[in-house]
Amino acid sequence: MANRFKSNLTWGDVTPENVFMNRRAFLAGASAMAATGIAGPSLASQYSIEDEPNAWDEITQYNNFYEFGTGKSDPAEYASALTTDPWEVEIGGLVEKPGTYSFKDIMAAMTVEERIYRFRCVEAWSMVIPWNGFELADLLNMAGIQSGAKYVAFETLHRPEEMWGQNRGFVPWPYREGLRLDEAMHPLTIMATGIYGKTIPNQNGAPMRLVVPWKYGFKSIKSIVKITLTDTQPETSWNMINAPEYGFYSNVNPEVDHPRWSQASERKVGGGLLAKRIPTLMFNGYEKEVSSLYEGMDLAKNF
Amino acid sequence: MSHPLTPSERVNALLRPVPTWLIYILGALPGLYIVIGISLALTGIYDVFGSRLGIDPARTIEHWLGELALQFFIATMSISILRDRFRLKLIKFRRPLGLLTFFYVVLHLGVWIGLDIQMRWGEAWSDIMKRPFITIGMVSLVIMIPMAITSNNAMIRRLGPKTWQRIHKLAYPAILLGGLHYVMVQKVWETEPLIYLGAIIVLLALRWKRLMF
Repeated sequence: MANRFKSNLTWGDVTPENVFMNRRAFLAGASAMAATGIAGPSLASQYSIEDEPNAWDEITQYNNFYEFGTGKSDPAEYASALTTDPWEVEIGGLVEKPGTYSFKDIMAAMTVEERIYRFRCVEAWSMVIPWNGFELADLLNMAGIQSGAKYVAFETLHRPEEMWGQNRGFVPWPYREGLRLDEAMHPLTIMATGIYGKTIPNQNGAPMRLVVPWKYGFKSIKSIVKITLTDTQPETSWNMINAPEYGFYSNVNPEVDHPRWSQASERKVGGGLLAKRIPTLMFNGYEKEVSSLYEGMDLAKNF
Repeated sequence: MSHPLTPSERVNALLRPVPTWLIYILGALPGLYIVIGISLALTGIYDVFGSRLGIDPARTIEHWLGELALQFFIATMSISILRDRFRLKLIKFRRPLGLLTFFYVVLHLGVWIGLDIQMRWGEAWSDIMKRPFITIGMVSLVIMIPMAITSNNAMIRRLGPKTWQRIHKLAYPAILLGGLHYVMVQKVWETEPLIYLGAIIVLLALRWKRLMF
């Protein structure tokens, strides 16, 4: 019998053929990436920006990861000493299901997508990075958030025998970071496990690192082994080292300077000597998405 | 000459025939490499540096020039100490080393303006006025200008040795500010800048009497 099924869709709902073909090509690429392992399939995201990402070498040879030395090329040189498999993350504090989660189990439960984000270092340089990762909110929901939780604290692995920088005392190890719960639950906040569809290299924070694109890079803590939900604001490493210079929030803000240098502009690393200086954007260009989190707050005081 | 030569005398004998122009040329080589390299790279003629200066070559060059300036400055300031304590006669090399110091300080400033701050004059000016480490670096450069201008025989004759020496005591605050500038640019207490500052403080301590009187 004909006409048994009545569709309420119109031609306007049909995917144009060229877009359809692009998606086919994209999915083929994505499943090829999925076959290669941990970074997982990369779904495109509405949160990605259009800018051309930095080259793989730029992203992986120019890092701040003081666990492996303070030079920009130190992490690429020394991070291979780090063992990332097996890897476990202890999730505790004000959660329903505290415990030690293996990285493999976490990955099995998460949906990985691609997020092309601006990345702005507090040292006034920047890059564009095509991360692969999952939303932190999904991981926190997996552990179950208790109603009293207000903050999320993170810790990096402390293993001086593999991370030689931890034998030097200028940072109180382990490296610590923290977010307000609403910042942690924001869809822009991700746990990155890959770059360019490949497994994230050790120097970029393998196997799992935070990425909060509207905050200075040091907030995006690497190689995480501990996540604790708390009702008090957690201690954060740079704030412990030098509180007048590094606040808890550390949102990218061209109007609030670092005491020792301007934050009004940044040099976009890449292209060699000609790396261009560009104006820094409020919340690193994510103002539309995140400014409501800070409504009524004095951002010069809560820097 | 009946007695055997002391080590200092031997070094003096060895260095006596070395002409000062050789110091100018050898000392300027890294700077010329950088200046020619930048010029060829920016005009697209030839990429002299390749990947040797890392992902952010502008920053690498900026820091390298700053370090060269400090190294030449420390060498310049060591000459009179080596003379007083070890009887080494290196005084004829002091002027070339001092002028090379100024050469590297100016290049360091040029790279900051040209490649780092990229001629955003408003930002450059507010950095100089507001950022202590940049202020300090800039003051150090400015007080080196009278020394650079008077580093020739004609000026010594014109000013007389007393006035000339008074002007060149500016080297002490200049080198100290330079060392502080390097330490203050770091995010944490790094070893290398502290070694430079330590060396500078030792030099100043050894020259303390001269400095005061």
